[in-house]
Amino acid sequence: MSARHDASMATGAPPVLPARESLWRVFAAQFFSSRLAVFGLILLIICLAMALGAPWISPQNPYDIASLDIMDSKMPPGSANMDGSLTYWLGTDGQARDIFSAILYGMRTSLFVGFVSVSAAFLIGAAVGLVSAYFGGRIDALLMRLVDIQLSFPSILVALVLLAVLGKGVDKVIYALIAVQWAYFARAARGAAIVERNKEYVEAARCMALPWHRILRRHVFPNCMPPLMVIATIDLAHAIALEATLSFLGVGVPVTEPSLGMLISNGFEFLLSGNYWISFFPGIALALVVVAINLVGDHLRDILNPRNEIQG
Amino acid sequence: MLSTIVRRLLQTLLVVLVMSGLVFAGLYLIGDPVLMLASPEATDAQREEIRRALGLDLPLGRQYLIFLGKAAQLDFGNSFLTGESAMRLILERMPATLELATLAMLLSVLIGVPLGIYAGLRPRGAGARSIMAGSVLGFSLPNFWVGLMLIMLFAVMLGWLPAGGRGPVESFGPLKLSAFNWEGLKSLILPASTIAVAKCALIIRVTRAATRECLPQDYIKFARAKGLREKRVLGVHLLKNIMIPIVTIGGLEYGQVFAFAVVTETVFSWPGMGKLLIDSIITLDRPVVVAYLMLTVAFLAMLNLLVDIAYTVLDPRVRLEAA
Repeated sequence: MSARHDASMATGAPPVLPARESLWRVFAAQFFSSRLAVFGLILLIICLAMALGAPWISPQNPYDIASLDIMDSKMPPGSANMDGSLTYWLGTDGQARDIFSAILYGMRTSLFVGFVSVSAAFLIGAAVGLVSAYFGGRIDALLMRLVDIQLSFPSILVALVLLAVLGKGVDKVIYALIAVQWAYFARAARGAAIVERNKEYVEAARCMALPWHRILRRHVFPNCMPPLMVIATIDLAHAIALEATLSFLGVGVPVTEPSLGMLISNGFEFLLSGNYWISFFPGIALALVVVAINLVGDHLRDILNPRNEIQG
Repeated sequence: MLSTIVRRLLQTLLVVLVMSGLVFAGLYLIGDPVLMLASPEATDAQREEIRRALGLDLPLGRQYLIFLGKAAQLDFGNSFLTGESAMRLILERMPATLELATLAMLLSVLIGVPLGIYAGLRPRGAGARSIMAGSVLGFSLPNFWVGLMLIMLFAVMLGWLPAGGRGPVESFGPLKLSAFNWEGLKSLILPASTIAVAKCALIIRVTRAATRECLPQDYIKFARAKGLREKRVLGVHLLKNIMIPIVTIGGLEYGQVFAFAVVTETVFSWPGMGKLLIDSIITLDRPVVVAYLMLTVAFLAMLNLLVDIAYTVLDPRVRLEAA
């Protein structure tokens, strides 16, 4: 937002604060008009708060071996430990970890991987897309062919092969997720920037002999934000689900930093013997996070896509 | 038309060629299969021996040319593990994935299209809203978790269906299928439904959007004005016109199902290509991984072409023109 403010300062025009504020208000009013989307947003905020506050909220540190009592392993939901000081509301897993605590910590890893990878993919993709649209010609052709090839491969395959090569680890999962996601942002940024490129304010900025990277960063980029924000939201859900899938397949995060997918995977072996809760509750948590983000993203797409404006 | 198809075929070939370079470079530059193959006590000389036997001591460019030459004859080398031809291994597993993907897509279209049309007809009704909310759920829920829950419900708790495996197969020429006997079909239901949950959600959304776009058109109004029964208006006039996006998405998704079957096949220990890929990735069995990737690229590219051709058949207004 401040970028647009600076842009107007740079071109000597008075800042257009009031108009922008009402634009925000229109946007907020539109967003809050959908009960489902508001529900998704609230759910997402709760999940975020629980993940961030995990060390303080969780009744047990599930990765402190000393606090685990192996006698308490595979306890069904609602049972208490020996001296009654702790109730395992969601049960315990094979190593006597409290499932609820494990979910809070797992959500931390899942959300962290999601946010970091989407932010990085956003920046890389937007840069590629903007440069591609601004310069056109051969650079554009080359970069977009690269995007086409990338998108012609299903993301799970690319991530699988990359992780097979890189090995396990939170950082490696993030690299793999960036690699499968940047192309979506690049394509969307290019599409939006091609429209913006020929508008008068870009011409004006060019006339002022501003360097190309400044024009892109301060003038074109802020105006390409709406479609990119939609993709970022939907991609966040996608990234979290993909990370869970990779961890489930055994090529994702290491056992020491389990994500929700890892927890589900750990419970898989117990599922067949009827200890459903070890897999079930982490799965519910994962589903809640992904559904919440998708509800928000789905509505964002409806209100930010100019083609849908008439339908409301 | 013919020249366009030939041109598209050449383009497809080019894409496959570029991909082969990327796959080759990616997989062959990093990771040393010799370390996986040789026993930990092997001497350096023994390792060198293995390296030479596999042709891994040659310069990279030469390795790539040899690889290309053999790949042109569909020979991707032998599996490092079993010594069998990588291509044979994959083709052996292909029918299992094929029937899984086909049944899954069939289910999603048969369920998704009617629901989508319904949601498109009365977009503000309670039924349509719950269908749409359900579809958000459908593509949000991670596929492997849906599979686990189905196993929990139908295999562990109710005991109706098997939790994994493929059941007995019957031979139909070169194809070994399990869909045509009761036991085999029973083991096919859960994995196919798992995939269908996500794909159905997508088909619903596409159908709904297309229906809403078509309904206000003149030919629908005219058909209604003629006094045609609603069944015929929807079943013929509407359905014909919404088929194009459905065929496009359906066709492309069919390809994706082939690739995404990796996850479902792992959950249900379904002995298809995806399970083979995961096993090969974990054991660094390069020839199998490379063969799988190359086949998938070629398959997806061909599917894109077929979808384009299907357009012209469905809609005479669309012509494959020399772009």
